[in-house]
Amino acid sequence: MNEKKNATANEPLIHLSKRESISIVKSWLIRLAAIVLGLVVCGLVAYILSDKLRSGKKTIFDFYHSFLVKGSFSTSRKMWKFFKNMAVLQCISLAVTPAFRMQFWNTGAEGQTLMGVWGAIAVAFYLGGKVPAALLLVLMLAAALLCGALWALLPAIFKAKWNTNETLFTLMMNYVAANVVSYFLVVWVPSGSSSLGKLPFGRLPSVVHDYFLIIVVAFVLTIATFVYLNYSKHGYEISVVGTSVRTAQYSGMNVKKIIIRTMIVSGLLCGLTGYLIAAGLDQSITTESVGGQGFTAIMVSWLAHFNPLSMLLTSGLITLLNQGAAQISQDFNVSGAFPDVIVGIILFFIIGSEFFINYKVKLRRRARAVRKEDIK
Amino acid sequence: MQKKIAVSMRGITKRFGSVVANNSVDLDVYQGEILAVLGENGCGKTTLMNMLAGIYYPDEGQIFVDGREVVIRSPKDAYALKIGMVHQHFKLVDLFTASENVVLGLKEEGRYNLKKVNEQVAEIAEKYGFHIEPQKRIYDMSVSEKQTVEIIKMLYRGADILILDEPTAVLTPQEITRLFDVLRRMKADGKSIIIITHKLHEVLSVSDRVAILRKGERVGTVETAQTSESELTEMMVGKKVSLNIERNAPVNASPRLLVRGLTTKSEDGRSAVRDVSFTVNGGEIFGIAGIAGSGQKELLEAIAGLQPVESGEIEFINPKKDRPVTFYHKSLKRVVELADKNAFHDGEGKPVSFKGMTRAEIRRRVNHGDVLFREDEVLSLRDKTPLQIRSLGIHLSFVPEDRLGMGLVGGMGITDNMMLRSYRKGHAGFVDRKKPRRQAEEIIRELEVITPGVNVPVRRLSGGNIQKVLLGREIAFTPKLLMAAYPVRGLDINSSYIIYNLLNRQKKNGVAVIFVGEDLDVLLELCDRIMVINSGAVTGIVDARTATKEEIGLLMTKTDDTAKENA
Repeated sequence: MNEKKNATANEPLIHLSKRESISIVKSWLIRLAAIVLGLVVCGLVAYILSDKLRSGKKTIFDFYHSFLVKGSFSTSRKMWKFFKNMAVLQCISLAVTPAFRMQFWNTGAEGQTLMGVWGAIAVAFYLGGKVPAALLLVLMLAAALLCGALWALLPAIFKAKWNTNETLFTLMMNYVAANVVSYFLVVWVPSGSSSLGKLPFGRLPSVVHDYFLIIVVAFVLTIATFVYLNYSKHGYEISVVGTSVRTAQYSGMNVKKIIIRTMIVSGLLCGLTGYLIAAGLDQSITTESVGGQGFTAIMVSWLAHFNPLSMLLTSGLITLLNQGAAQISQDFNVSGAFPDVIVGIILFFIIGSEFFINYKVKLRRRARAVRKEDIK
Repeated sequence: MQKKIAVSMRGITKRFGSVVANNSVDLDVYQGEILAVLGENGCGKTTLMNMLAGIYYPDEGQIFVDGREVVIRSPKDAYALKIGMVHQHFKLVDLFTASENVVLGLKEEGRYNLKKVNEQVAEIAEKYGFHIEPQKRIYDMSVSEKQTVEIIKMLYRGADILILDEPTAVLTPQEITRLFDVLRRMKADGKSIIIITHKLHEVLSVSDRVAILRKGERVGTVETAQTSESELTEMMVGKKVSLNIERNAPVNASPRLLVRGLTTKSEDGRSAVRDVSFTVNGGEIFGIAGIAGSGQKELLEAIAGLQPVESGEIEFINPKKDRPVTFYHKSLKRVVELADKNAFHDGEGKPVSFKGMTRAEIRRRVNHGDVLFREDEVLSLRDKTPLQIRSLGIHLSFVPEDRLGMGLVGGMGITDNMMLRSYRKGHAGFVDRKKPRRQAEEIIRELEVITPGVNVPVRRLSGGNIQKVLLGREIAFTPKLLMAAYPVRGLDINSSYIIYNLLNRQKKNGVAVIFVGEDLDVLLELCDRIMVINSGAVTGIVDARTATKEEIGLLMTKTDDTAKENA
């Protein structure tokens, strides 16, 4: 009897096993549970950090309201801003996706987009007022596409020819891009204030609303990218290269060409986004024009499992969190780092939930009956 | 004589997701016996033994060692119970010597004394008749030597129960005989030995008892002395199987592939394929035998355009249609000259001779149109990419060894995998999935592929079904040359026979088939000729109808040095 007890005590406490498959409903329930859990933890953290909450000036309900509703949907201005931010994030996420499907970890969307902004602004700065407005917009677009593609092409060539690590290479290109912009800010703004005022040229016409065009473009690009990846020959090649380079070579694909071509597509999309930022929104440039969305896009794309349609959900969610968090820091007198903290908490839970979608966790079982009598 | 039970397993169940690898298995191992655990690939033999060795933990059931219930959570626990397992894939550090590998991970009392270890290793080797140099480094060792190190590692840890997972898969016939001698000596010493295998003749030659598993369940245990090959197969497969592979004489064999002095480009100063020459005929199955990693893979890849070639020639002879002589030659004098060289035939394979005929008779005969001339197209495959080879109109199919890493895309369904060959068709930028889908359904129907649907990732299919999909696609390409590397590796008997039949049908259709195999019995039964290679060089080409296993075994280990010694 004693023996049996020992045996049971010795069993492993946690039993992990990989799931063979999981129903879509179940996987979304797990994700939903993770978000709810994340929100609860956010509430706890907010309660600890915010005087207003603890003193009872505001209730926890106010907190969630600010976070989830007020930040994004309380006024029509905020709603437009929500969809604009989501559209920009969606565009950059779409841009990194073809490369990601190919297992080419492009972490340089930030720099590629920034170079797109730079290209467009440079054309507007030098040619603004000297050529017709429509032609200027076209030239700006061409420059933005060219710069974005170039920034993506360099690491792709190195990867294809010498198999350099694309993650590091693309990451470093971000800093090069930021420094290119810093340099030109000094050249363009001799006063040394290093901020370029809003240029009077090169503005996209406003249809319905200033942000409307960007939102439409993002939507069209989403559909186009979805079709490109799933129904075109290029898309098929990308998937094969992404799963196994050996299989791609075996079936006669030119892997180098595919890597370079796909990165050019990625870069063009980044350049286009840069153009939208430059001509549709800012008409100016700083090193922060893309504001880290090139990195956020990596997560958006990943969470959507590289599916452009699911990306509408993930980019929407992340935009919602960001705007909500900003609203909270306004409403609740908390330090500037607070929005980052709560967005981080929620993302931690969402990403963590992927583990429970892939693995089954079982705890130690109860003791079994010993079949000692079976032993001769 | 009543023997003592060393290990008992009772009601062992192990599941992986929805797959039940072992279902309530009972197994007893006696002291001083060799127990064979027999079963087809995927029947759960290795899983069951891994639970004894502490790699997996059973979901249900109990294990008793010397009559006491035990919990084995890790290999360490297994060692403590004197259980050791030699896995199919060796777990050795290449840069270490044999002795260093033997003591790796052990925490012994006192100072680390390598000299003493060397002596002990030599002692163990002496006792059981192993050949080993304790101070030789693993990367200098042959597969058989590495296996010896693994076995000694277990013995050094005091294993009394030794589990060997498919120990003969990588050995030559001579090495197998040596290994079995060692095992018999260990048995005489009172050790329990379990060998996991799916090869029947080995079971019969070395074991005392056989436990047979089928689909995760134990179907029975028999005394080796009282059973036969056909009874074991029946238990293993669940129904009667004929064990003969059909082999017809090649019809109209004519050269299809010429390889001359082929040497591949090396990455580390040593070419994987060195100065290899051979000819493969249409309508024959040409076997390639050799120890794993002797250059088989590189040779096939070089032919398929996937491996850079240093020197040599690869030529493909594209058989053209026979045409009447008049199509090529107008001059009667030239025609007569060529006829003397046996250049013509009459459409039934008989050479045409004009001996003793007048010019008028000859002219009438020629104009009649039954004097045929065959002009084959000789195309060089060297330095061509797979795409270039295809655009030359060469129907070359290749079933690579690495099915999911090279031949197929594991994450895609059967339809999308069919497209690997055909997706370029059509000028539009979009892929056409209709035809591949039809093709996929055809393969599923004809080869009896078991799958929940055409779009289920092929990764989720069983090994046999994966192979059917791959081979089915390659055959659907109507090859003239079909290269298959280890096409039945990991397949159960029924699937294997389906594959043999498919290859035989291709042979009948006049396809030149290259079959790289590891099971010499199969090679000898299926192939027409067998080329043996060792470390990248050809050591002999033999007639499979007359050659013996021992003969091939010797060729597999023959090197330039031994050849010189023998000369």
